[in-house]
Amino acid sequence: MSSWVRAAALWLCTMTMTSWAAPLPEGLADLGRVATEGELAAWDIDVRPDFVGLPPGSGDVWAGEEIWLAQCASCHGDFGDSNEIFAPLVLGNITEEDIATGRVASLTDPAVTRTTLMKVPTLSTLWDYIYRAMPWNAPKSLSPDEVYALVAYLLNLGYVVDDDFVLSDTNMVETQARMPNRNGMSLDHGLWSVTGAPDVSGSSCTADCDVAVTVTSSLPAYAMNAHGNLAEQVRDWGPYPGLWTETGTGRETAAEPEQLAAASAVVEAVVAPEAALNAGGCSGCHQMAGQLVGPGFDAIRTKYAEQERAAYLRDKIVNGGAGVWGSMPMPPMPALEEDALQQILAWLTSGEE
Amino acid sequence: MASDAEQGQLQPAPESFLSKDLVEDISREGINPGRRSLLQSAFAAAAASIAAPALMADDDPDIVNLPTWTRSLGKPVVANPYGQPSPYEANIVRRQSPGLTRTDQSSVSFTPLQNLFGMITPSGLHFERHHQGWVDIDPRRHRLMINGLVDTPLVFTMEELLRMPSVSRIHFLECGANTGLEWGNVAVPTVQYSHGMLSASEFTGVPVSLLLERAGFDRKRATVLLAEGADGSSMTRTINLENALDDALVAYGQNGEMLRPENGYPLRLVVPGVQGVSWVKWLRRLEVGDKPWATKDEVAHYVDLMPDGTHRQYTSIQEAKSVITAPSGGQKLLKQGYYDITGLAWSGRGTVEKVEVSVDGGRNWRPARLEGPILPKALTRFHCDWVWQGEEALLQSRVTDSTGYIQPSRAQLVAVRGTRSIYHNNAIQTWQVHADGEVHNVQLG
Ligand code: HEC
Ligand code: HEC
Repeated sequence: MSSWVRAAALWLCTMTMTSWAAPLPEGLADLGRVATEGELAAWDIDVRPDFVGLPPGSGDVWAGEEIWLAQCASCHGDFGDSNEIFAPLVLGNITEEDIATGRVASLTDPAVTRTTLMKVPTLSTLWDYIYRAMPWNAPKSLSPDEVYALVAYLLNLGYVVDDDFVLSDTNMVETQARMPNRNGMSLDHGLWSVTGAPDVSGSSCTADCDVAVTVTSSLPAYAMNAHGNLAEQVRDWGPYPGLWTETGTGRETAAEPEQLAAASAVVEAVVAPEAALNAGGCSGCHQMAGQLVGPGFDAIRTKYAEQERAAYLRDKIVNGGAGVWGSMPMPPMPALEEDALQQILAWLTSGEE
Repeated sequence: MASDAEQGQLQPAPESFLSKDLVEDISREGINPGRRSLLQSAFAAAAASIAAPALMADDDPDIVNLPTWTRSLGKPVVANPYGQPSPYEANIVRRQSPGLTRTDQSSVSFTPLQNLFGMITPSGLHFERHHQGWVDIDPRRHRLMINGLVDTPLVFTMEELLRMPSVSRIHFLECGANTGLEWGNVAVPTVQYSHGMLSASEFTGVPVSLLLERAGFDRKRATVLLAEGADGSSMTRTINLENALDDALVAYGQNGEMLRPENGYPLRLVVPGVQGVSWVKWLRRLEVGDKPWATKDEVAHYVDLMPDGTHRQYTSIQEAKSVITAPSGGQKLLKQGYYDITGLAWSGRGTVEKVEVSVDGGRNWRPARLEGPILPKALTRFHCDWVWQGEEALLQSRVTDSTGYIQPSRAQLVAVRGTRSIYHNNAIQTWQVHADGEVHNVQLG
């Protein structure tokens, strides 16, 4: 056994006892290299609640509104209130009282939709998240100033700041002091640590236990098929086949496995250039079938089934435009690689099913 | 000792049905249409010579009439270079819950627990939860960075990580929102949708403690780690350093192969016992820190709303939970008689100590048989004999873990947490068996 292997074995054996106190196996320090300043700057973009990590910059509500309408409204609605793509970010339901106490009172009301702004206690979170992940289909494309402006706009939509507000690295602390739910979080629970104390405990009774056994909730008959026909979701041979929940078919038994297998084996004649669509960021707005933000690719392919339409579509994809499918604009996609664009155009205009 | 062939254990290959001349001809010329028909008649003749005898009243035709697969040549090797399940198992796939999410990229697919066995989830059936779609990462271009409160911020290539001492461990992975749809009332029909954000795999990777040791982390100040993904969402979660040093892994292996892309290929964090969202996929960075980060999925989601309007933040541990997977909601018992009630139990705080099963809604309980190995923070399979005589029944299971914690009933859980917390619903599940054998998801009160 080489000394390295012995050292590694020793390290692993000791690890379960005092994992970090053990010496490193010999030679291990040669694996990995020092990260450069540039690399740290590129990846270490997180912003903490105490604003450690926040880059300098500023943006006002008006600039925020402009960016919002161009890059965010298509999914979140003009006022951040859309429920189409994701749950509403803001609705006009935060009160002066909430801002004064730092507790959103309506969180106790089951009838009130819980928006993002009603929950988020920390301003840093909005900044960090928008900078790292939004817009959803083009994350990491915003500059710090744009993010300041967008956060200012969202806070303005929630009546947290005025119309002429400018958010910057210098007033984040005082703005944090107005976050409507800043005092709404609790760390008083046992679920952070493996050794934490539980808040609920079960019963150890094993015979003649005093428990209620009335059925108080079950799925109504009309909802049994809401997840599709259960007979087709469970192994259809063996002791417990699935219930046939599709009504009006008069079918008692599931389809023959051979038929199901044959159906799933049908290979698409023309394969969608998924890699290109994903890399191009198209999938954030278009899905294969059915409207998302933009029309479904099935509808587009039906409409533009002839190769002559490729030039038109090239122009539309590269330069964007609106009005063909509705008022929602398709943004210009100039960064799409030529190869990917050609694959997409060939597929869109192939006319094959 | 006689060879196997002499003992008659090796069956003659089908070629020996063919004449020697024909075989030589084929190997010289290949199969053309003329020879193909010759071949077919040769096989037909061979089949006819062992044709079915007359069927008697008690005879099972599936035994007596030899099926085609017993009378024909099977498919060649590597017909599927990556093996696929039998076509007869086509029903058993991951599924979405319609209307649960508004897009397919920030969404969930559920594991078909009702038809799985044992304590491991096949990788292709491991549930999915993505926030910004899943990505195909080129492992040659993937890096892991370790920074923050360390002597030296480091960068590792995948090649380097695969050279390091590795461990393989079996653990469950449960989304904090598993069973979240059922807080208020029964909302879904089957165990796939009620409990299917649960999977378990053998994960292989490098202990986080080793990597932190290599980077020289600040033992005095460090209390937390930030884990960050390389996908568009660059998912971030604050990890308790205590957990991380104890048994967390930076994993690349899953059930003997590399991670599936939907599960984080080529690298993910494994934080045993902790909810799935913290097992950051496509892991690109670990930052050592002294204060939590309050990331989006630690303030707007994965926070548990209490009846007084506060949200519990940084709820991480998956407390002990169990569920009967068969028979379960949406299935039907076809006959009366013996059944093996089976299910899964697990605890984020240790091992499964005991599972009990009730068939009368929790009035009386019997111990279930636990199948080994019983591992910490892994799934444990349980079984319980049951003879069903056509009566109505209310099936439940209840786990006790190695800390002595007992899984609560729904009433006990709701009394403390209310019905709106979305996350960490580990209540006892009830399946109602009707007199006609139909099994339904119900709640009792
Ligand atoms: C293509 C659709 C789309 C676009 C465009 C978009 N978003 Fe989003 N946004 C989403 C989705 C979907 C989520 C939820 C992601 C998840 O599940 O983690 C989200 C989440 C958010 C959240 C967090 C909300 C929460 O409660 O988790 C904020 C804040 C946000 N977006 C802001 C923005 C801003 C600002 C822009 C414009 C720069 C923008 N979004 C553009 C789809 C979009
Ligand atoms: C931010 C959302 C968004 C993204 C990202 C996006 N699209 Fe669109 N797309 C739209 C909308 C909205 C429309 C409808 C425009 C209209 O009505 O004229 C559209 C329309 C289209 C059309 C039909 C054009 C017409 O005039 O009929 C094509 C083709 C298309 N998109 C392709 C793409 C491709 C390829 C990509 C990726 C490179 C992409 N889209 C990315 C939103 C988007």
